[in-house]
Parts: sequence; C-alpha cells; structure tokens
Amino acid sequence: MPTETQETVDNRSIVGGGGGDIHVSMKPVMVIGPRPERSETGVWVGISAITMSFAAFTSAMIVRQGASSDWRHFHLPLILYLNTLILLASSGTLGLARKHLAVVAGFLASAPSKAKDGYSEGIGWLYVTAAMGALFVIGQVLAWRNLAAEGLFLSTNPSSSFFYVFTALHAMHLLGGIAGLIYIIRKLNRTNGTAQTTGLNAVCIYWHFMDGLWVYLLILLAARA
Amino acid sequence: MHEVSSNPVAHQHSAPTGFIRKYVFSLDHKVIGKQYYGLALVSVFVGMVLSWLLRVHLAYPNWHIPLLEKVSKVGAPGGVMTPEYYLSLLTMHGTLMVFFVLTNAPFAAFGNFFLPIQIGAEDMSFPRFNMMSFWTTFLAFLVMMASFFVADGPPISGWTAYAPLSAVGGDAGPGLALGQTLWAISIAIFCVGSLLGALNFISTTLDLRTKGMSLIRMPYSTWAWFVTSVIALLAFAVLLPACILLILDRVAGTSFFIPAGLILSDKLQPHSGGSPLLWQHLFWFFGHPEVYIAILPSIGIISTILPVFTRKPFLGPRALIGSMIAIGFLSYMVWGHHMFVSGMNPFSADIFSVPTLIITIPATIMTLLLTASIYGGKMRFDTPALFCLGFISVFISGGISGFYLAQPSLDSYLHATYFVVAHFHFVMAVASLFGVFAGTYFWFPKMFGRMMNEKMGKWHFWLTFLGVYCVFMPMHYLGLVGNVRRYSAFVDDYLAPLIPVHRFITIAALLTGAAQLIFFWNLAWSRFKGPLAPENPWEATSLEWSTTSPPPFDNFGARHPVVSHSPNEYGVEAADGTDYVMQTAPSKSA
Repeated sequence: MPTETQETVDNRSIVGGGGGDIHVSMKPVMVIGPRPERSETGVWVGISAITMSFAAFTSAMIVRQGASSDWRHFHLPLILYLNTLILLASSGTLGLARKHLAVVAGFLASAPSKAKDGYSEGIGWLYVTAAMGALFVIGQVLAWRNLAAEGLFLSTNPSSSFFYVFTALHAMHLLGGIAGLIYIIRKLNRTNGTAQTTGLNAVCIYWHFMDGLWVYLLILLAARA
Repeated sequence: MHEVSSNPVAHQHSAPTGFIRKYVFSLDHKVIGKQYYGLALVSVFVGMVLSWLLRVHLAYPNWHIPLLEKVSKVGAPGGVMTPEYYLSLLTMHGTLMVFFVLTNAPFAAFGNFFLPIQIGAEDMSFPRFNMMSFWTTFLAFLVMMASFFVADGPPISGWTAYAPLSAVGGDAGPGLALGQTLWAISIAIFCVGSLLGALNFISTTLDLRTKGMSLIRMPYSTWAWFVTSVIALLAFAVLLPACILLILDRVAGTSFFIPAGLILSDKLQPHSGGSPLLWQHLFWFFGHPEVYIAILPSIGIISTILPVFTRKPFLGPRALIGSMIAIGFLSYMVWGHHMFVSGMNPFSADIFSVPTLIITIPATIMTLLLTASIYGGKMRFDTPALFCLGFISVFISGGISGFYLAQPSLDSYLHATYFVVAHFHFVMAVASLFGVFAGTYFWFPKMFGRMMNEKMGKWHFWLTFLGVYCVFMPMHYLGLVGNVRRYSAFVDDYLAPLIPVHRFITIAALLTGAAQLIFFWNLAWSRFKGPLAPENPWEATSLEWSTTSPPPFDNFGARHPVVSHSPNEYGVEAADGTDYVMQTAPSKSA
C-alpha cells in the first residue's frame, strides 16, 4: 500500500489516496487542496434536501395508496433492471476515473509521462461514466414507452402517476450529475488534469448518491407500484 | 484597532466593472442582499395596499372604490369587490407577505448581506448559486403577480391553497383556473430559489469562517440565519414536491389530492380517490417550520442589536443558541396543530398538541433572556433599540395566545376565527417585521454608508407600535365572540353588531399603514441625504463594524480579520477607554 510512503499532508481532498494498481515508487507529493472543499460541503447539503424531497414523495405515495381502493398494481418494465445494472456499473467507472486522476499532480514533476497517462485514462473513464448515465436516462425513456404501450400513462392510476413522477425526477437529477461530469471534464482539460479543486469529489459523491437513490426507488416501486 | 491576518485573500471572483454585473446580475452577496431587500419592500407595499382594500371592505362593504374597478371589472363591478374577489386579494396578501416579505426580508436580505461579513468571509461559498437564488425568487414574484392580470384573477384558495379547491380547476370558482396554476408554479419556483439560498447559507457558515471565528463566537444573528437555513432547506424540500403534485393534479389529470365523485358547477370531476388531507400534511409539514423561518432570523437580529443599546452582555448566549436549535428541531413535530379540525384522527391531535406546548419552552426562554438582558443596562433609546423593545412586547402578546390555540379542545372553537388572525399576525408577522425594522435602522449605515433620520425613526416606531396593538388586539375579542375569518362582509347576520369593532380596526390599519410611509420616505431620504456614517456608529462588536461603511467589494480590503473575542463584550472597561471590545481586538495574551 503506497499511502505509508507518501508525504501526504492532507488527503482530505484526494479521497482514494492515489493507490491501487498504479505502483508508486517515486513518492508522489500530494498537493493540498483548500480545506474543507466547498463543493463537498455543498453537495452534502444538496443531498440532504434531495433526500428530504424524496422522503416527502414516499410518504405521499404511502398515504395516497391507503387513502382509497383505486390503486392498481402493475409489473415494472424489465428494462429497468438493465438500466439499474448500467447505473451501478457507472459508479464503478467513475471510481476508476478518480483513481487515475488522483495521481496526476503527484507525478507531474517526477514522471510527466505517467502523469499524462493517468490524466488521459482518467478523462476517458469520466466520458464513459457520462455516457453510461446518458444510456440510463435513455433506458428510462424506453421504460416509459413500454408502460405507455400498455396503456399506463401519468394520469391513468395513482400507481402509474407515482412511477412517472419518481423516475422523471430521478432522471432530471441524474442529468444534473451528467452536467457536473461535463463541467469537471472541461475544467480538467483546461489544466491538463492538474486542477486541484475540480469538484471531482463532489460530483463523485453526488453520482454515487444518485445510484443509491435509484436502487431505493426501484425497491419502493417494485414493492408498491 | 483590528487584528488581520497577513495572508492576502484570493477572492473567488474579481470586482465587476459593467453596470449589469455590478448591479443586476451581481455575484456580490451585498448587492444580492440589497436586491432581496428591494423585492421585499415592493412586496410589502403591495401586500399592505391589499390589506387596506380588505379592511375597508370589511368595515364599509358598500363603499365604491373606482380604482378597484379599473384593476378588475369582474372582481369589483362598480368598484365594490365581490366576495370571491375579496378572497383573491386575501390569498395574494397572505402569499406575498409570508413568502416574499417574511421569508425574504429578515432571512434572505439581511442574511445575504451580513452573514458572510459577520463570519469574516469575503463572499458566500457559491456566489453563482446565490445570484441564481435571487433571480429565481424574482421570477417567482413575477409569475405570482401575473395572476392579477389573467382573465379570472388571482386564486381564492388562500395562501395555504387547500385541496381539493386548489387542485380542481376553473369549475370550482374564480381564480382557480389559470390564476391558481400560476400560484402553484410561482411557489414551486420560490422553493428552488430558497433551497439554493439555504444551501449557500449552510455551506458558508460551515466552511468560510475566518481565523478565530469558532461557532460559539458567531453573532446571534448569524446563528439564527444558520439554524433558519437548515429549517428552510428541509421545509422547502417538502413544499416543492407538494407543489409538483398539485401542478400535476391541475394540468396532467392526476388524482393525488382530488377525491372521487366531486361535482362542481354541475360537472363530475374526472378524478378518483385522491386525499385532500395529504395536501394539508405536506403543506403544513412545510408551513409550520415556515413560521420559524419567518421569526427566528428576527429573534437573532434582535438578540444581536439589543446588547449594543443596553451596553451590557446578552444574558445566557448558550441558552439562546440552544433554544434556537431546539426550536428548529421541534418545528418539524408540530404541523398537525394546524389540522385539529381537519377530520384527522382525534388522538393524533393530542400527539401534536404536546410538542406544540413543549416548543413554547425554548420560545419562552428566549423571551426571558431578552427581557432579562435589559435589566441593569444603560439603555440608549435609539430607534433600533425601540424596535427591539417593541419586538419583545409584540412577541409576548402574540405568543401568549398560542398557548390557548395549542389545546385541541380550545382550538376547535377558535379555529378559523379572528383570534387566530390576531395570534399569527402578532407573533409571526408584526414581530418579524419589528426585527426587520430594527435591523434596517441598525444596519442601514453599514449597507448604504449613511445614517437614517432618528426623528422620523422614532415617529415611525411609536405610531407603528400603538397602531399594531389597535389593529390586532381587538381581533382577539372578535375571535372569542365567534367572528369567523375569510368572510368578506358581516351584514345581515349575527355578526353585524361587531361591525363597529371592524371599523375601528380598519381606521387603525389605515393609519398604521400610513405611518409606514414615514419609513419609506426615511429610507429614500437617508439613502441620498443622510449624514455620512462612520465605521462603527453604534459602538458594536461584531465584524461588520470593523470595516468601512459601506464595506468594500471584498468586505475587508483583501485581508481576513482575525477574531479573538465573543460578540458579547459590552459593559467592560476596555484599554482604549470605551465600554466594549470588538471581536477583532487583539487578545490580551497576544
């Protein structure tokens, strides 16, 4: 494990520690980011608000289902499970991106070629992540078309209403995550991967949260809708 | 003498040069604070004029107001408003006042301007989000005002927009077609703006405090803005989903809030199985914390200002901060007390009654601390001090009636009477506005670099103070004898004998409103003609008084102040012969 040999002054902003399969023999020096990084605080605050909103929707769903006997259960479109796998995989590719990018600054002086490799691989995985996010959203649209083909529209039944509301709002939040990824990619491109306060951690936290939120929604919808 | 760190501050964004960037789409938290203040001023003026129209109609139901006919031919044919138009104007009065005045002025306006300065930061954490939060709120205001100009006018469902009335559409009455849709969209947009603002307040307080500014050394106003922003973050995050569901019921044909078998205007509504109570739960889960969003910042502002004029330390700062946090926590457990007569399970009324009574404990602690902080002080009776004392008075007057309303058995009788109107106007509206007035007279020199006129300020205070008591005290009596609220007139029924009381209230309301013109004039006159303000005219301790009036673009001239003291050091014998120690004064050990 390389972390013991690194002169890590403050690894708070470089979560992931630059380890893994990249062998660190030249003691990369990690540059300190501002502490604490604002974007991380901001994203945690944002996550609290989003959690609260979806909690409100969930309680609304439970109350509405109990309010009268018109609730109609339906089978979720199977493509949702494929979408879920894509989204879960995208969290993995984002992790890879971060692992590669974490060492770029450290190698910049001592091994520029390694820094360049880390940078280009990292950016590549960011693109893959954004593409998988987009694929997920397209998959969700296909799920809506499946339901519509069965005659289940937004206003057909409260169960389908909640299905469309939950999935649409989650997709909108995920599009926000994709926008965040594109922002990070542009920022890294401007600095050849050396930007220290990119907000990459913030986007990662947000992206993983969107993952978790979707798994929660899928379980909720599978159990109730 | 101020202590500053030697490290120059790298500002997040450079000073703007063009007019648009400087004054319109500004990233500077001080400009954004002023923009919020301006929006609140416009809103409060419209809301006040609406209340005049409502009051005049209640006292003199047959009076012709020719101008009113020009605004709405349908709503006020011949200049006399219809009962429905009365409700439209009532809805707009409540909505503008609660959202665009009581949320914007004490919290967003003063918080934006002073929170970063009071913690020694050069700006908010996310200036761009900050700018977006104001312009989103402004857009919400425009959408809300647009409902005055659509065919069927503003909605008649009140600021609480109870379903199914608010959800079914034009068949239910005037204002419930496009007007109500605009209302719901406006409030949804407002939620987004408030969430962005709350996010900034929380992040800034957590991350950008200057060296030495521990949490316990933050001024009470900053504490209040911080606690309020946590409340706002969670409350508006619930109102937004509620509004989305309401909009869907209205435009997409869903049935979240609309029950089956509803026949309106001889038409069976195409909805099934929705729950009107669901709206009330979601709305009041936001709505009760909203009360604290309106009042907590003012409590913080008053607690910050009062010691400056009593020249002695605030009594029990930790108890004050603890009480604020307790109120923030408890504010989420009491929403059901708005629904005692809604038809929900009577046992749950008891469950909501208990925390409602418990929440009076921290509120009482704060009131006692404020009162006790005056004792033994060398009071300076400048206008901000008068409004502090006035705040304590109206907050107690409004708070006491809360004890009665918290009991389900009493509330069953008093619900939807003028007793409730008196209660919430005193404890939330007037008290919060007194905080805004105190804050304005106190901080105007810092915001605009000029002093406000004291003489006009004192006239404003005494007329307002006496006026609000004349307006709202008799309403307790009206409520106790059973005068229901939201009725447009009381002719030809058992309430007719109460009309003289209504006339008294109306005249008092018109005069109190007229007294506010002194305030508006004072603001405008002092902005341009007031005597230039020194750096620290009130001899106060917090950080905003250690920089120029008004502060430079980066607040402290490219340096971060270093804090060595609490904001509470009044009534001491300082080395320089004064009776206070600024937060930035070098520590004794240094």
